[in-house]
Amino acid sequence: MSGPSDYQPSNPALQWIERRLPIMGLVHSSFVVYPTPRNLNYWWTFGAILSFMLGMQILTGVILAMHYAPHADLAFKSVELLVRDVNYGWLLRNMHACGASMFFFAVYVHMLRGLYYGSYKEPREVLWILGVIIYLLMMATGFMGYVLPWGQMSFWGATVITNLFSAIPYVGESIVTLLWGGYSVGNPTLNRFFSLHYLLPFLIAGVVVLHVWALHVAGQNNPDGVEPKTEKDTVPFTPHATIKDGFGVACFLLLYAWFIFYMPNYLGDADNYIPANPGVTPPHIVPEWYYLPFYAILRSIPNKLAGVIGMFSAIIILCFLPWLDAAKTRSSKYRPLAKQFFWIFVAVCILLGYLGAQPPEGIYVIAGRVLTVCYFAYFLIVLPLLARIETPRPVPNSISEAILAKSGKAVASIAVALVAAGALFVGTLGDVRAEEGGPKPPGNKWSFAGPFGTYDRGALQRGLKVYKEVCANCHGLSFIAFRNLGDPGGPGYSVAQVAAFASDYKIKDGPNDAGDMFERPGRAADYFPSPFPNEQAARAANGGAAPPDLSLITKARSYGRGFPMFLVDFFSQYQEQGPDYVAAVLQGFEDKAPEGVTIPEGSYYNKYFPGHAIKMPKPLSDGQVTFDDGSPATVAQYAKDVTTFLMWTAEPHMEARKRIGLQVFVFLIIFALLMYFTKKKVWADSH
Amino acid sequence: MNPDASTIAAGAPIEVDLSPVAEGQDIKVFWRGKPIYISHRTKKQIDEARAVPVASLPDPQSDEARVKAGHDQWLVVIGICTHLGCIPIAHEGNYDGFFCPCHGSQYDSSGRIRQGPAPANLPVPPYQFVSDTKIQIG
Repeated sequence: MSGPSDYQPSNPALQWIERRLPIMGLVHSSFVVYPTPRNLNYWWTFGAILSFMLGMQILTGVILAMHYAPHADLAFKSVELLVRDVNYGWLLRNMHACGASMFFFAVYVHMLRGLYYGSYKEPREVLWILGVIIYLLMMATGFMGYVLPWGQMSFWGATVITNLFSAIPYVGESIVTLLWGGYSVGNPTLNRFFSLHYLLPFLIAGVVVLHVWALHVAGQNNPDGVEPKTEKDTVPFTPHATIKDGFGVACFLLLYAWFIFYMPNYLGDADNYIPANPGVTPPHIVPEWYYLPFYAILRSIPNKLAGVIGMFSAIIILCFLPWLDAAKTRSSKYRPLAKQFFWIFVAVCILLGYLGAQPPEGIYVIAGRVLTVCYFAYFLIVLPLLARIETPRPVPNSISEAILAKSGKAVASIAVALVAAGALFVGTLGDVRAEEGGPKPPGNKWSFAGPFGTYDRGALQRGLKVYKEVCANCHGLSFIAFRNLGDPGGPGYSVAQVAAFASDYKIKDGPNDAGDMFERPGRAADYFPSPFPNEQAARAANGGAAPPDLSLITKARSYGRGFPMFLVDFFSQYQEQGPDYVAAVLQGFEDKAPEGVTIPEGSYYNKYFPGHAIKMPKPLSDGQVTFDDGSPATVAQYAKDVTTFLMWTAEPHMEARKRIGLQVFVFLIIFALLMYFTKKKVWADSH
Repeated sequence: MNPDASTIAAGAPIEVDLSPVAEGQDIKVFWRGKPIYISHRTKKQIDEARAVPVASLPDPQSDEARVKAGHDQWLVVIGICTHLGCIPIAHEGNYDGFFCPCHGSQYDSSGRIRQGPAPANLPVPPYQFVSDTKIQIG
């Protein structure tokens, strides 16, 4: 891409091909001999990281699509069964779901790098605009992907975002109908989103090719912002940039693997483990963390149409950046004022992200308005003004001169990137549900917590007994089959024990030859039967509140950790909000409601239940279930055991996840070290 | 990409029997995938809705224009917040009407927007009374 290649393969067969399709010459000139500036720092490895992530998302996505059913009645279940039954399905799903977040994290770093070093300036305007297009396509893809699991947040996220288009005058409503394929978000919507979610990544890949093409025509920018002048200013792409990118990717993989294996639900929302229900809106609809700044802008503007315009302009304005910032000096390294405003801008974006996760009331609304003004002021006032009033420091004459002046000063380290990662992940902090729910559930010591946690077999078996004798009267466990009780990492029953357990149940089967349904003893492959034939029956038998299915309850319930605990949790791997909550609710019943709290007829007071009025009567009392192993027959013990059991039903492959995680980490650390030393060797005479 | 024939067919009018709905109660039915609130309003709710000067409302509309004459106690509205499509909760908020938990819009006992970011009143679906205790929506 940098002029005609003089690449000549020595093999005659390759020569024959090369004369007809010079593809090897193209690769050779673009990725081998291509001159890359000598002074690039590690922020420049994010291009390679992004290409890697795109490949990863497409690869895992294609395999996931083989097991996924894009139908409103089946989607949620197919995702759950994929995680439980497909070989390494849990790994694929975690890779894809966390991969989306990592992809956005990398793209934000990549964009901010471009902003800081002025990579959008002449002659790289088209390159930058192509990047903005990629970013827009990524946002659309990410949004539609989040809809596919068809949980509550999927459904309501889709509702809120598609309704944005109804703000357009005259044609808005028709556009929304066109997006839905019906009168509301429903099965046709899910189908078309699945189709588009499969298509768009390939469009992204196409625009990425254009992006790289434009990059190789204009050449890479560099931290000093001066164009390479002589041979001495550049090094060949391979091995220098290749190995450095390889090291960058390896470090990035460490962060990625931390989420995949240890914090898979940290960036998600507990509500998305509740199947979509068009009749109930979750109390706080929060988009994925990577949309939060724009969501905050949308909500800050009190007028609906203006809010939507504001949100979209916040992205579109990036296209005009090359002309808004007319300063001659590219790199903020030599622009003392621009540098300070850049960091203020970064802080504004992070704060907007934080506000996007908060409920739109009181001080948050005012802060959101101020920050929205700051966001636009950076582009519309600060940058154009700086170009006129700022006196930049002198720019070095050439790249080699800049390197000599620096004399070995350490470049931006990956450690900085990791700290920034922690600070940027504003993801799940917005789960403010507990604020209305009164006291936070007390923490427990769980055997399955932490990086080496495993399930306590005894607790799982006791918990199963509590479930079977108490909970199963009202609550289903529909994603668990009897065979799962014998799976590795589970309660540890033998095949014979599982068969005996299953045969205690009566399972409805049929129709037989006469066309009748009949009952037969359960088999290992059967699923736990639900106590009620359907949700309406469950509702009618329980005073209007259907007892939820317990398969996923420990993942579907959570409470806000608040600032700064959510940051601490990232490092401490605390993710037991669900089990803590479930155990607390089971023990939180009190006979008399405290002064000033009125509990409606037919409800019971529970200290930890949001709103305190729970329809479930106190389910557990001392001595209700007898254990064979001599464990105390107390409510505290029951609650702990059944919660452990329900954690297992929510995540049967947790032990495998943590075990493989350790292996992956050992491998990645060694791999990253090897890449680092290779890189040092390759670059030894270039610095 | 517009709705297909089966989706349109499923959106045909439905009939709802109002006799089991006591005063002060409301029911939610689904029509075209949208929740429709049918409220049997109390005298107090009706009086509150009619006492407000129409001109002071963000989306001025009189209560009389939103119900069928002679059936003033019945309010039938599409329970979808006109802001971003969440489902408001009935009997909540400061106006004896609906409260949207997503972005805090509040509607009065006539389903009119009173406070919050929503730009318009809760829409009234097309419906008519087939008999005194039965309506047809659509």
